[in-house]
Amino acid sequence: MNLTLKVWRQKNSKSTGNLVDYKVSDISPDMSFLEMFDVLNEQLINKGEEPIVFDHDCREGICGMCSMYINGRPHGPKDLVTTCQLHMRSFKDGDTIVVEPWRAKAFPVIKDLAVDRSAFDRVIAAGGFISVNTGNAQDANNLPIAKSKADAAFEAAACIGCGACVAACKNASAMLFVSAKVSQFSLLPQGQPERYKRVQNMVAQMDSEGFGNCTNTGACEAECPKGISLENIARMNRDYLTAKLFSEEEA
Amino acid sequence: MSNFNSNIPEGELTQKWTKYRSSVALVNPANKRSIEVIVVGSGLAGASAAATLAEMGYKVKCFCFQDSPRRAHSIAAQGGINAAKNYQNDGDSVYRLFYDTIKGGDYRAREANVHRLAEVSANIIDQCVAQGVPLAREYGGLLDNRSFGGTQVQRTFYAAGQTGQQLLLGAYSALERQVGMGKVEMFTRHEMLDVVVIDGKARGIIARNLLTGELERHFGHAVVLGTGGYGNVFFLSTNAMGSNVTAAWKIHKKGAFFGNPCYTQIHPTCIPVSGDHQSKLTLMSESLRNDGRIWVPKKKDDPRKPQDIPEDERDYYLERRYPAFGNLVPRDVASRAAKERCDAGYGVGASKLAVYLDFTANTERYGRIEANKQGNHHPDKETCMRLGREVIKEKYGNLFDMYAQITGENPYETPMRIYPAVHYTMGGIWVDYDLMTTVPGLYCIGEANFSDHGANRLGASALMQGLADGYFVLPYTIGSYLSKEISTKAIPTDHPAFVEAENHVKSTLDRFLNIKGTKSVDHFHKKLGHIMWEKCGMARNAKGLTEAIEEIKALRKEFWSDVRVPGSSDEFNPELEKAGRVADFLELGELMCIDALHREESCGGHFREEFQTEEGEAKRDDANFSYVAAWEYKGESVYELHKEELNYENIKVAQRNYK
Ligand SMILES: Cc1cc2nc3c(=O)[nH]c(=O)nc-3n(C[C@H](O)[C@H](O)[C@H](O)COP(=O)(O)OP(=O)(O)OC[C@H]3O[C@@H](n4cnc5c(N)ncnc54)[C@H](O)[C@@H]3O)c2cc1C
Ligand code: SF4
Ligand code: FES
Repeated sequence: MNLTLKVWRQKNSKSTGNLVDYKVSDISPDMSFLEMFDVLNEQLINKGEEPIVFDHDCREGICGMCSMYINGRPHGPKDLVTTCQLHMRSFKDGDTIVVEPWRAKAFPVIKDLAVDRSAFDRVIAAGGFISVNTGNAQDANNLPIAKSKADAAFEAAACIGCGACVAACKNASAMLFVSAKVSQFSLLPQGQPERYKRVQNMVAQMDSEGFGNCTNTGACEAECPKGISLENIARMNRDYLTAKLFSEEEA
Repeated sequence: MSNFNSNIPEGELTQKWTKYRSSVALVNPANKRSIEVIVVGSGLAGASAAATLAEMGYKVKCFCFQDSPRRAHSIAAQGGINAAKNYQNDGDSVYRLFYDTIKGGDYRAREANVHRLAEVSANIIDQCVAQGVPLAREYGGLLDNRSFGGTQVQRTFYAAGQTGQQLLLGAYSALERQVGMGKVEMFTRHEMLDVVVIDGKARGIIARNLLTGELERHFGHAVVLGTGGYGNVFFLSTNAMGSNVTAAWKIHKKGAFFGNPCYTQIHPTCIPVSGDHQSKLTLMSESLRNDGRIWVPKKKDDPRKPQDIPEDERDYYLERRYPAFGNLVPRDVASRAAKERCDAGYGVGASKLAVYLDFTANTERYGRIEANKQGNHHPDKETCMRLGREVIKEKYGNLFDMYAQITGENPYETPMRIYPAVHYTMGGIWVDYDLMTTVPGLYCIGEANFSDHGANRLGASALMQGLADGYFVLPYTIGSYLSKEISTKAIPTDHPAFVEAENHVKSTLDRFLNIKGTKSVDHFHKKLGHIMWEKCGMARNAKGLTEAIEEIKALRKEFWSDVRVPGSSDEFNPELEKAGRVADFLELGELMCIDALHREESCGGHFREEFQTEEGEAKRDDANFSYVAAWEYKGESVYELHKEELNYENIKVAQRNYK
């Protein structure tokens, strides 16, 4: 396949960027989207130009590092896949593909297609954990957990922290990401003691990072590569409301 | 003089660790607050160690090169984690896990370490569940288990095909909790480029801030590396793109011995290579071998579709050769058997370098069970397959999706095509019982050390080892060293040793940029990978290894005169990062070949064609090679061999038999 790419180039966080046109040829449909970028970068290096910077690591759809906004959609045209798992058979010969970084106030562009998502780590540090020091645990099977609860917690825990939900949202809200972590713990018995404190701390941190408000557009769920459900947001809202209306003992 | 002594505690095997723990020197809380520990790496090993050390009261600095500690390569582990819980009541025990691991490792691991690993394995599961890690459960609400290769019990805990992700997120949460409390200072997008050694002790590191390019000096009373494995020396592997040997290699050059570098694990079930563009290979978890049967056609070059080949024209070669373990033989055995069939001309797919992994039989079996549960006692095949697919989907859905994504084929309908690929490195930095390297104050944990897996790692044991090291072993053993360091004041980073190490790093970076050659870093990496795969891969021989050593030397020379690294060192420059990593791989590859050449026997993942039985099984030479090869760096291409003899007092050494 031969393709035209329009790729966002930006020298660093201080400079302004712009879309630059590139042509790639002989692209195999079996290549992944990032392998197509490898080919392009090899071309650029051979021509003495600077290769395009983009984030990636596992290339298996699990580390959450890859993050390209492709033809107006985070992670591109296919549902439920990350950029690294998108293959060129999803495109046609002659296509023009526009590739931009995640756009959100809380995710400043670092260079080209790479952005700073450290806000997510700070949200987790504010409460995305169960306070149990190493060595404090009881035997694992002393605490049976209904399979349905365990499975639901697992589904919420499948979030890879990629930030596509934020990039997809016109308000750049991080509700899907935050609620997935809140839900995982509030569904499990181990998470109960800190349940209401956790949700307040995480939401406060989320707000202070500059993420926008949730207006229920559902764009996040539609673009999430791991199928994280909007139900998590509803669950978090309930916990948040409970925490605000009642004291810890009453809740 | 280096500190080359395994320091295994005296006493009976089952008592060593208990005794050690109750007698190891402690550091009191007030002193801990003024002791600083550097942890490089935030994978299972690094994150669990950093979090635990901080919980204990030490001041911790933790480093990773990704943009978040949650993205360490451990996140990609799929199948599961072993623990001797005996929840299935199938006769498992600490001794059995210990025994399976030593045997699986082809009798090339240290007894005392492996026994300790088996002892703490159960605590890991308890800890993770307490953290809220959603491991798979049965309907009764208790934890579920599956089987992995090389064992006859079900001791593998899992979270669908995302076990590593869930365990790492648990450790990451614990780490971030300490970050939030100000007890760990986290440095993301930082790469350690050298260790600083003062008066023979590790006292800090030089790290590059990957965003600004700035070189930073960090002091620590002790330095811990949990920087992962070096499988990417082969270019194509199942490791993440960034996985590398740089941190380990830098400490090796500063005096840490490298143990068994040639022990590489080639995993039998990966998606085959499809073309030159390929940047990495994808694993299909070993857990699939629970429910999949591996076969090739009995006829060479059979053009028929797999579905059209009748049962009696299929060769289920693992079940044929190893009836006792069948499809669940250890990885090294399964990989070689696949290579044997393909080399003999029975391979499938366009490249002929693949075998089938077929789920039909078990899909149907599961479907029948489901139908029976629903009251349908005579289901037809169609119904069985439909219901069975649901069961398979619940167990392995994400793996099947990934397979379909990459190959464009539907594995629910046709068998998967698989072939072995580089996956894990048993070799690594040599450490003693305390997990300390030959440099005092310098520790190495997780896949980066030469590990408890001997010459072959059993599935689901790396996650166990990484978390054992980080949660339950290192935090104790490091106290033995730090208790003697309580009066050491933080050394100012303008000390000449820091200045010199930083200057050295800087001059190497400048050298890369000034070559201004004609070929990209990847060009050299691919070439190196090709040499390693052909001559130091699944099967090795003296001639090939001797050639490989010369070829690597020549390639290294070409690299240092013709590589082109664009950009500058004072900016975010991934090509420069890659150049540094490939430069180190170009040295490591040579040492791997030297080690493989010197080990004139076959054991585990190290298969020397000259040393095999008549049936083509690996032939060990215990009389001459029952030792850990620990290599000391003496200058470019010069390595001195030190031997740590392995003594088996509790296990009878035998030829591995999975028949
Ligand atoms: C696809 C796949 C599936 C697997 N499945 C299983 C399984 O089911 N069960 C099992 O037991 N094992 C499995 N393994 C093996 C297991 O995942 C790894 O051995 C293990 O996770 C390694 O953990 P680690 O903490 O030692 O290193 P890693 O997770 O690799 O972490 C390394 C860390 O070091 C950092 N780092 C490296 N170099 C530097 C540097 N120079 N400066 C700063 N930071 C640095 C990285 O940023 C990272 O944080 C699998 C492996 C693969 C590839
Ligand atoms: S919720 Fe989905 S889109 Fe958002 S970070 Fe998690 S995986 Fe990515
Ligand atoms: S590179 Fe890891 S999810 Fe895409």
